[in-house]
Amino acid sequence: MADEEYILRVENIHKSFGELEVLRGVTFDVKKGETICFIGPSGTGKSTLLRCINQLNKPDDGHVWLHGEEVTNSGNRINYFRQRIGMVFQNFFLFDHLTALKNVEIALIKVRGMDPKEAREKALYELRQVGMEKWAEHYPAELSGGQAQRVSIARALAMDPDVILFDEPTSALDPELTREVLEVMKLLAEQGMTMLVVTHEMGFACSVATRIMFMEHGIIQEQGSPDQMMSDQTFERCKNFIGKVTGYGTD
Amino acid sequence: METIQFISTILMPALLEGLVITIELVLITAPIGFLLGILLAVERVYGSRPVVLLCKIVVGFIKGTPLLLMLFILYFGLPSIGIVLSGFSASVVGFVMCNGAYSSEYIRGAMGSVKEGQMIAAQALGMTRMQAVRLIILPQALRRAIPGLSNEFIYLIKYSSLAYMLTVIELTGAGKLVATKYFTYTETFIVVGMLYLVLVTITTIAVMLLERKLAVPGMTTAGRSALDIL
Repeated sequence: MADEEYILRVENIHKSFGELEVLRGVTFDVKKGETICFIGPSGTGKSTLLRCINQLNKPDDGHVWLHGEEVTNSGNRINYFRQRIGMVFQNFFLFDHLTALKNVEIALIKVRGMDPKEAREKALYELRQVGMEKWAEHYPAELSGGQAQRVSIARALAMDPDVILFDEPTSALDPELTREVLEVMKLLAEQGMTMLVVTHEMGFACSVATRIMFMEHGIIQEQGSPDQMMSDQTFERCKNFIGKVTGYGTD
Repeated sequence: METIQFISTILMPALLEGLVITIELVLITAPIGFLLGILLAVERVYGSRPVVLLCKIVVGFIKGTPLLLMLFILYFGLPSIGIVLSGFSASVVGFVMCNGAYSSEYIRGAMGSVKEGQMIAAQALGMTRMQAVRLIILPQALRRAIPGLSNEFIYLIKYSSLAYMLTVIELTGAGKLVATKYFTYTETFIVVGMLYLVLVTITTIAVMLLERKLAVPGMTTAGRSALDIL
C-alpha cells in the first residue's frame, strides 16, 4: 500500500530500562480514522510504546514516522511532532495552577502562537465537545477524576492533532466516571479521530476499536479486528487474557 | 516631655532619612536577588553537569562566608584590582548575592515538590523544556516558595543594616549618629527597633495578601487560613 494511506508508522521499536527489555521490536501502521486498542497484561510495555511514539521515552532502536516524516531522531523538531500527536495520561496531569480553560488554551497561545482571544474561543469549543464548558473556570483540584480526564482530552484535542495517544485513560477512575470518559472517546472515534488506546476496558475495545493489538512480553503477539479476536481460533492467548479480565473465561 | 520633643524634632527627621536609604537598599536588592535565586535554582535542577557544579560552588561559597566579610571584600578589597564601588553599590551587590543564594534553595525545594507529570504533560503538548519551566513548573513552585522567600525578604530588611559598615547611613546608621551625638542610646535604638518592626509587619501582611491572591484551590491553602487569624 502507498505510504500516504498511513498517517503513523511504527517500525521495530526496542526499549530497555537497564537490564529490563520492555519492548522487543514492535511494528505497526495506523490509517487515518483508526482506533487501535492495545491490551495485554501489565508490564508488557504498552504505555512505554505510546511514550516511544512521541519520544517522551527515547526508543533504543526503531523508527516512528508521522505522515512520512521521521519523528525519531528529529532533534528540536520533536516539539512540532508532539503538537501533532496528542496524549492523554492515566493520571490526567492537568496543570494544577491553571483553570480548566487555561489548561486547554495555554499550549495554543504559547506553543502554536495563536491569538489569545481566538485561543479562548477554541478552548471553550473543545471543552463543550467533552461536556465541560460549565467548568471552564474551575481548577483541577475542584474536578472529579472523570471531569479532569475530559478536560485533558479537550487539551489534547485543541491542538488539532493527527492522532491522540491514550495511556490507560480510565484506569484511575471508578466505573461510573469511566463510562463518562469512554463515551467521550467513543464520540471522538465516530467523528474520525485517529486514536491509539492502551486500555483494560474490553467492552470499549470490542465495540469501538477498528483493530485490537494484544501485547505480551514486549511484542504484539496477536492482532485483528474485535470480531476476529473473539471468534478466530488463532487468538488463543488473547482470549485467555480477556477471559481472565472479564471473568467470562472458560477456565 | 523633653524626650518626646527630642524624638519628634531631632531623632525622627534623621531616622526617616535613614529609613529611605534602607527601603531603597531593600527594594533594589529584592527583585534582583529574586531573579538570581530563580536562575540558580533552575540551573541547579535542569542545567548541564558543569553548570550545576558551578551553581553549587557559588551558592556554597556565599552561604559559607559571613555577609559582613563579603561586604568588606566588595568595598575595601576590590579597589586593589581596580574595581571601585560606592558603599551603596557594594552593599547592593553583597545583598543580592546573599539573597539570591538563599532564595535559590527555597525555590529549588519548591520545584522538587512539583509533580513529575506536570513536566511530562507540558512536553507532550510540544513545549520546550524551558517553556515548561517558565509556564508550568515555576508558577507552581514559586507559589509554594512564598513563605520561605518572604522570610528571606525579612532577613534582608534586617541585614541591610550592615550597609552602615560601608559608610551607608541607612536606618541603623542614622540612629547610631544621633545616639552618639546626643548620648541617647536607649531612646534612639528603641525607636529604630520599632521602625524595623513596622517594616517587617507591613511585609508580613503584604505577603499574606499576596499568598491569598495567588492561592489556587488544592495547591496552597496557607495564605487563606493565616489571614483569617488576623
